[in-house]
Amino acid sequence: MSKVLMKGNEAFAEAAIRGGCKCYFGYPITPQNEVPEYMSHELPKAGGAFIQAESELAAINMAYGAAAAGGRVFISTSSPGLALMQEGIGFICSCEVPLVAMNVSRGGPGVGGIQPGQADYFQVTRGGYNGDCRIPVFAPANIQESVDLIYECFDIAEKYRNPVIIFADGMLGQMMEPVELPPKKEIASAEQIAKEKPWAITGTDHHEGRNVVYSLRLQPDVLESHVNHMFEKYAEAEKELVRYKTQKLDDAEIVFVAFGTMSRICAEAIEILEEKGVKAGLIRPISLWPFPKAAFDEIGPKTKVVISTELSMGQMIEDVKMAAAGRWPVKLINRTGGIVPSSIEVAERALKALEEVKA
Amino acid sequence: MKTIFEPTKGMLPVDTSYCPGCSHGVAHRIIMEVLEERGDLGNTIGVVPIGCSINAHHFMNIDMCESTHGRAPAIASGIRRVQPDKVVFTYQGDGDLASIGAGEIIHAAHRGEKFTTFFINNGIYGMTGGQMAPTTLIGQKATTCVDGRTVEQAGMPLKMCEIISQIDCAVFVERVILNNPANIRKAKAVVKKALEIQDARLGFTFIEFLSACPTNWGLTPKDALHFVENDMAAYYPVKNFKCPEGF
Repeated sequence: MSKVLMKGNEAFAEAAIRGGCKCYFGYPITPQNEVPEYMSHELPKAGGAFIQAESELAAINMAYGAAAAGGRVFISTSSPGLALMQEGIGFICSCEVPLVAMNVSRGGPGVGGIQPGQADYFQVTRGGYNGDCRIPVFAPANIQESVDLIYECFDIAEKYRNPVIIFADGMLGQMMEPVELPPKKEIASAEQIAKEKPWAITGTDHHEGRNVVYSLRLQPDVLESHVNHMFEKYAEAEKELVRYKTQKLDDAEIVFVAFGTMSRICAEAIEILEEKGVKAGLIRPISLWPFPKAAFDEIGPKTKVVISTELSMGQMIEDVKMAAAGRWPVKLINRTGGIVPSSIEVAERALKALEEVKA
Repeated sequence: MKTIFEPTKGMLPVDTSYCPGCSHGVAHRIIMEVLEERGDLGNTIGVVPIGCSINAHHFMNIDMCESTHGRAPAIASGIRRVQPDKVVFTYQGDGDLASIGAGEIIHAAHRGEKFTTFFINNGIYGMTGGQMAPTTLIGQKATTCVDGRTVEQAGMPLKMCEIISQIDCAVFVERVILNNPANIRKAKAVVKKALEIQDARLGFTFIEFLSACPTNWGLTPKDALHFVENDMAAYYPVKNFKCPEGF
């Protein structure tokens, strides 16, 4: 199949359509506006439904309703918008309804800025919702990977009956790359929904018994057993959904840990360091939750320092430290506020970090 | 023996969790009777709110989902996109609809969403124990206005039918009162009409039920009905605000 040149945000939307998305609900927020714009004209053509919601609060709840009724639902937003959606995301976890949500993230806190950021690491991996739940989070590093993940994540969301978040920094949304689009899946018919999602609210004529999608469990023992049931699913997800890539770990003195746009800059920094005679490698988490702890076991004997490299004040570094488990010193290279460091800056700061740990 | 009366199959044969004299039971029953008479119990999806009537899905014999607080109209909008052939409704109290959910109800009406909202206005927060609602009357006592609501402190009570009826794509708006058998029968006829307009997919349909909450008002069930009739109806006129031609 041939490749097409597409802007990230438009490719994300097209990937969702090809994944059989029935409904998209969105509210304008930069830098993801091309997603709702593209959906507004392309999704209805594909047989789906688009609503420009009145707020992110409404968008996440429209998504919940549509997904509870059995539709494949995709939503997108950017950082402050995701903050507004957090209550809904927790509620949807509790109700065990599948959903694919995309965060094309920007700098914060507050309104922050509109340039790329990764300071939503906590927001996506720890959540802003109340209560005990987990969200599988995938962080693509290029548009092709984003497309493939969005396409696949409908199945993951449906298998676990839980929201899944794709966490792409604003750079990925705004850049253009050649991409191979997957084949179009048909939108599920009412009959297919009734057959494949026997829990969905489709009217009692269409399934055995009566379906109720609910979150309220006033009896503590009932609530505890429901949360335990959710965490049995999450335990399986922790085994099944771990994804990462590594590069040159065997003889690296410096190991970068970076995801998304930052991982591409690290890959360049590795080359710069090599020219200077310093070997460096990379762990690129693709799944941020579950965090790929196993990747750290592949680190070779020559490594002197592990460097979490982030577009934030250092959030993933907490997971990196837990995964490193004291085996190496862990340092941070970061910029925030929407500034993306150059590979030269990263290489220079990495050398300094190496000198520090050697001293 | 000849059967002259049977409870509607739309209500499950269980005791409700509602207090004596609460209007939820009556409102539930007339809605479910209409759905049964239409042969739509198996073809209906309802959304329940946060509030006492979150429990409605334990009583209404149809497919339902719970809502985050106030967002039922957004949820029903989503359901409608996936299930275009079903009867869809939200059932919401006044804290849920007129306070935290004021945005969602306005915009569902504004989009002309093809579902029906049943709005239970009893002028108080029931489930949380009697706090002031946007619909609490001036002078009416609540746990967050123990000397009675004042205009200075909390403004005037919100008139939702009057607000919704200003929105072009809200095509049917009516306020009914659940204070006596005759008016309950009238309310049932209004429910039937709203669902017929939903069937015709003409736009958003909205019914406000003036309702009693004896427990949180500190009144007997009988006095509470008098309060609905004399005090609430004086401020909230019981009437049709909007109806499409031919209905």
